[in-house]
Amino acid sequence: MPRIIMGIESSCDETGVGLVRLHDDDTVELLADEVASSVDQHARFGGVVPEVASRAHLEAMVPTVERAFDKAGLKLSDVDAIAVTAGPGLAGALLVGVAAAKAYAAALGIPLYGVNHLAGHIAVDTLQHGPLPERCLALLVSGGHTQLLLVDDIASEITELGSTVDDAAGEAYDKVARVLGLPYPGGPPIDKAAKNGDGAAIAFPRGMTGPRDAKFDFSFSGLKTAVARWVESAERRGEDIPVDDVAASFQEAVADVLTMKAIRAAKEHGVDTLVISGGVAANSRLSELAAERCAEAGITLRVPRPRLCTDNGAMIAALGAHVVAARRPQASLDFSANPALPVQIVSI
Amino acid sequence: MLVLAIDTSTPAVTAGLVALDGDALESRGDRVTVDPRAHGELITPHALEAVKAAGVTLRDLDAIVCGVGPGPFTGLRAGMATAASLAHALGIPAYPVCSLDAIAADVAPGEAPFLVLTDARRREVYWAAYAADGARTDGPNVERPGDLKTTIKVAAGDGALLYADALGVQPIEPRFPSPIGLVKAARKDFGEEPAPLTPLYLRRPDAVEPAARKKVTTS
Ligand SMILES: [Zn+2]
Repeated sequence: MPRIIMGIESSCDETGVGLVRLHDDDTVELLADEVASSVDQHARFGGVVPEVASRAHLEAMVPTVERAFDKAGLKLSDVDAIAVTAGPGLAGALLVGVAAAKAYAAALGIPLYGVNHLAGHIAVDTLQHGPLPERCLALLVSGGHTQLLLVDDIASEITELGSTVDDAAGEAYDKVARVLGLPYPGGPPIDKAAKNGDGAAIAFPRGMTGPRDAKFDFSFSGLKTAVARWVESAERRGEDIPVDDVAASFQEAVADVLTMKAIRAAKEHGVDTLVISGGVAANSRLSELAAERCAEAGITLRVPRPRLCTDNGAMIAALGAHVVAARRPQASLDFSANPALPVQIVSI
Repeated sequence: MLVLAIDTSTPAVTAGLVALDGDALESRGDRVTVDPRAHGELITPHALEAVKAAGVTLRDLDAIVCGVGPGPFTGLRAGMATAASLAHALGIPAYPVCSLDAIAADVAPGEAPFLVLTDARRREVYWAAYAADGARTDGPNVERPGDLKTTIKVAAGDGALLYADALGVQPIEPRFPSPIGLVKAARKDFGEEPAPLTPLYLRRPDAVEPAARKKVTTS
């Protein structure tokens, strides 16, 4: 069975290459995790520009692979299998990673696995906290995703319970940051400002929490608009904007809805473990509130360290290792990336 | 010397094996599919089929030549990411070559200057001009066919066929870069340290910086 697995990630603005070792007991060990980010090139546009990201992936791909092997002290010929993000993500960005992965697999004569980026965000937690329980719940929150997933088998069986009907949580952070005159990406500066603010200062709305709303879906568009309205009316009154309080109250609304729905889903599905992953998982209020509410509900909370939560190659290598261990079929070299790959398809 | 040539700068997904013996070039088998949306799917399988048809393996290659455009970006990157990764994994050099030069290298020797034009989409063409001896004299550029100022009357490349009337040119063969053409255009660099594989985009990414924040409240 393949032992050293390389993971390649290029679905958004990070070119990631990870190397892991699959042990006999099916545990997975992280050997290298190299990322080249084009985030700075997108900052002035206030969001990821697909063509800019694609160009950066092509430029960074081989150097990032080289760095990962240097870090791990391995040679390319040591790799036994390759996993690559097949989707979901930006079409042009995915294509660069998929083309590179196919070429490496062909040249090295080793199997290739096209895997699901969302499942990778969950699988990455096994690098830090060991194997997942039989069944668990995953909350993915980032600039691109907001999803509640039921995970019966990380290599093959994932069900979506709910997702955002409009903006991803991270997108709402970017937009609110803009309203408050904070830099892009909005997550870290809002988190920082919120630490000095009062989360109860302003009662921003909790989207999709009415009795007739879908139980596990999210909406952040209304919240974002409510923040903008609040700021604009304060500006009209000639008041100084209490940036810290607005940030804290916005962040409280996001964390409240996310954790409330996650706990509700865990209870309803009889699951006692919650994994929170994705770029927004590093948010201090979200992890704090999740820890509090999970403790109350008797749920084990697993949050990978921040570096593993954001997009990287290690998550794809980790998922690849689980797919290999489960003896799932490998991909054919003519597969195409799927920008809308549904989460149920863990590997193609 | 055995060279794998790759080009995805046009609707043709092209991979082929070329053997060099001194000045002699010999095609050892091509795999070409004309499908503007299949570059990412087909380029690696085509490369594998081409080496298999030649009775060798990727490990027998001495170098790779890759067309670096200009061409529609997404398809172009599929071939370039493939070439760069193959070269890295095999430990062999990858030589970049302007894809228009590769088409020009296949134009039958004549007595007149000629153009090479390929489809840049958005009603524009990528183009370059060549002297009768095949040396590039202008370009590569991207322009609307109507804005192209030239007195040259013959043109190769699929852009010449698409816009023959608008340009008033007589289309000549070939339409797409061939493995032999790619190797011919790149061979002067063989033995040297290859230049970086950098795409000839010729256009900036479409992206506009956001204007001042729009108010959500009116009044
Ligand atoms: Zn992600």
